[in-house]
Amino acid sequence: MTPHVLTRSLDRSASIFILVVAGLGVLIPLSNLLLPAGSALQVPTYLVALFGKYACYAILALSIDLIWGYCGILSLGHGAFFALGGYAMGMYLMRQIGSRGVYGNPILPDFMVFLNYPKLPWYWHGFDMFWFAALMVIVVPGLLAFCFGWLAFRSRVTGVYLSIITQAMTYALLLAFFRNDFGFGGNNGLTDFKDILGFNVQADGTRAALFALSCLALILAFLICRAVVTSKLGKVLVAIRDAESRTRFLGYRVESYKLFVFTLSACMAGVAGALYVPQVGIINPSEFAPGNSIEAVIWVAVGGRGTLVGAALGAVVVNYAKTYFTSGPLAPYWLFMLGALFILVTLLLPKGIVGTFNAWRESQKETQVANAESAALEDGVGEPKPAE
Amino acid sequence: MFATLLDRLRALLLAILLAAAFALPALAEPFEDAVAKFANDDFSDTDEAIGAVATSGNPLAFPIISALQDGRLSADPDTKKVFVTGADGKIIDAATGEAVDKLPDNAAAVRLNNRLRRAVEAALGGLTLLSPDPAKRIAAAQSVFRSHDESALATIDGALAKETNKAVKTAFTEARAAILLYKADAAEVEKLESVAIVKARGDQEAMALLTGLGSDLPPNVARAVTSAMASIQSNLAMWSMVQNAWYGLSLGSVLLLAAIGLAITFGVMGVINMAHGEMVMLGAYTTFVVQEVIRSRYPGLFDYSLLIAVPLAFLVAGAVGVAIERGIIRFLYGRPLETLLATWGLSLVLQQAVRTMFGPTNREVGNPAWMSGAFELGQITITYNRLWILCFTLAVFVILLAMLRYTALGLEMRAVTQNRRMAASMGIATSRVDALTFGLGSGIAGIAGVALSQIDNVSPNLGQSYIIDSFMVVVFGGVGNLWGTLVGAFTLGIANKFLEPVAGAVLGKIAILVLIILFIQKRPRGLFALKGRAVEA
Repeated sequence: MTPHVLTRSLDRSASIFILVVAGLGVLIPLSNLLLPAGSALQVPTYLVALFGKYACYAILALSIDLIWGYCGILSLGHGAFFALGGYAMGMYLMRQIGSRGVYGNPILPDFMVFLNYPKLPWYWHGFDMFWFAALMVIVVPGLLAFCFGWLAFRSRVTGVYLSIITQAMTYALLLAFFRNDFGFGGNNGLTDFKDILGFNVQADGTRAALFALSCLALILAFLICRAVVTSKLGKVLVAIRDAESRTRFLGYRVESYKLFVFTLSACMAGVAGALYVPQVGIINPSEFAPGNSIEAVIWVAVGGRGTLVGAALGAVVVNYAKTYFTSGPLAPYWLFMLGALFILVTLLLPKGIVGTFNAWRESQKETQVANAESAALEDGVGEPKPAE
Repeated sequence: MFATLLDRLRALLLAILLAAAFALPALAEPFEDAVAKFANDDFSDTDEAIGAVATSGNPLAFPIISALQDGRLSADPDTKKVFVTGADGKIIDAATGEAVDKLPDNAAAVRLNNRLRRAVEAALGGLTLLSPDPAKRIAAAQSVFRSHDESALATIDGALAKETNKAVKTAFTEARAAILLYKADAAEVEKLESVAIVKARGDQEAMALLTGLGSDLPPNVARAVTSAMASIQSNLAMWSMVQNAWYGLSLGSVLLLAAIGLAITFGVMGVINMAHGEMVMLGAYTTFVVQEVIRSRYPGLFDYSLLIAVPLAFLVAGAVGVAIERGIIRFLYGRPLETLLATWGLSLVLQQAVRTMFGPTNREVGNPAWMSGAFELGQITITYNRLWILCFTLAVFVILLAMLRYTALGLEMRAVTQNRRMAASMGIATSRVDALTFGLGSGIAGIAGVALSQIDNVSPNLGQSYIIDSFMVVVFGGVGNLWGTLVGAFTLGIANKFLEPVAGAVLGKIAILVLIILFIQKRPRGLFALKGRAVEA
């Protein structure tokens, strides 16, 4: 079954995408670790961490494309699932600090000592074990998405209403995580990590490994999305996107399909967040800001919604532009550019880069076919024209 | 008979002479002696000096004691001279009141300890009880009420007898009641009367006074105190309800103002305008510019700045709104999610544009005289700016409602809301109506900005802080119905303020968001949904 799904789902652009990501995932860590520092081909460690960040963003973009591009659910709160996954990983990393913190408390993280917590809050238990934290990275966003989606889809909250309440959800979480007594470090968030699974998070080797893992996760996420959208389920999803009521009238339980894909997407976003945190070294409530979630949506729009490859590409392109412009003399103009990107892409490039490219290729092919046909027609002049 | 009379007269004369002979130095000397005691640098001498100076009736008493409180009283231990350094830096001799050029080199500030500080406060209270300024007398009476210091009783009694101002008289009576309640040897009848007086006062301080009484009271008094406390408690609870309701109304009016323009654009055109908050911001910055121009050119017009800003803000934001509709939104009809993204991008551009032009920091927008200050209503304080904003919001609401109802544009707008294609078939230029509607909604957001500039920071992020709340109001109230927006805004405002004391400000807000999310499940189209047969695609 699995190989069959895999082969069916791999068309040319998908294979190219996987090869490129896998290639980068192997070559960049190798170049970073094996080549001497200062060599022209050596990728410095800060770039490895940066690319790792892009890979995590690409996974987030894939998860948004899965629901928006294929099911028409525009979530403006996907940053919340990303951040929840990040917090789950951050909690594990905090527990790993142990007595090396500023206050040297073997159990309580520094901020809890500082805020006079008498003991570890109950929801922090278990996060000293990696397997538990890894499970929570998937379970917590998934559970939230499931409850939220169950309530929203069952009562047929759709379109902009859904977008607005997802935004309210992430806003509510933003406010909650800013509170000191919520037990997640208040507005400083979780930071000052020491090691992950016994490896120093700052070490070159760990960074390279995390980058390779992020690429692997990106490939896996891509394959999962591919498998979903090319299956029969995916066809129903597209049907829901294009005509929800009609699909319902045909007898499909629209809300179950939506709930499944929404929860899956949230889990993927959670994994992206979990990989993001050790590479960036901090997670704080600003990740919940509604603006972040909307920005993630524009990555998908730029790359091309409903193309998967485009979503990942868009995440990388927009974030590279962001890094490039915000670090240069053009920094004050970055928001102008980002804003213009939102407007121009929706107005002029509704299919995104990949979508437009595909459409252009299609039209090229069609003209080729048409040319070939007309050439064939000219060859056999006397033959009767087949009925159209 | 005559002789006895003469004797008496002689005795009287003698008495007067004696009195005169002793009284003149008696007025002057004890005061100077008392003042000199400050120079002994001995706490018990200072204590005596405070008492003597405070009761001397000398006009210098008040400056001396208040200087002592602020550490501006200094003494020369060798010459035993004491000096008052005024708040303005002028130095006078405390005993005579003569101006002195500079302090002697070895003069040191008179030291106080905690016991003396209390004595100083009590003495000051007694001194200001007799101040010619009624506001000062009331303040002094309040401080006596709080300290219920027995030593002030005589002064209060005296002052009360002479007092003519009604408010001051009440304050004195209350202060006296407070003293009597705490005076161990006061008669039971007096104490009962005092309880009644304190009960009538009925505020937080009365409550604190009664709570502090302790248990060793006569049974009758104790019973009266308990019932008075219960009555004050319920009184306080009622006022805190009123206060919450007022805060809620005030918050609701702000929400309504921010959301009402959104209700129009969203209701009529189904357009999610994420840049709506930025229209509010443009209005606030228009106010800022208007005030800057007025400050530099026509300072006399400052009180009218808001009246000038309102139409200007409407025009500025409205024009930007029409431009947005013609330039962007027109191409995106029927694609609400894309509209959302494009207008979000627009909001980023507008924010950054304002940040570039006016700088990222808060800009100062002043309150005109008629909007500053506050008045007391019962036990709550109502600020004028909040009150005006509430009135202004209701006025905008009524005008808008009338406009939709009685003007041609309003009629067309309602027609387009109800059935766009039918309206078009009837010859209504729907695209023109769309542009005007969007301009109207944006213009009202601009007006909201004028009002919000009075209570919020005018910064490029101003709009951001309102956008989510405004959407909540519109979604909660229901689309396409201004009454829904009104009810939604005030419901959310009041619910928020009643949750705040229970759950805290942030948790209250989170609770409201969660409640709205749950509410949407129940009524996906809001409180007042338009009824129709349309099935969504």
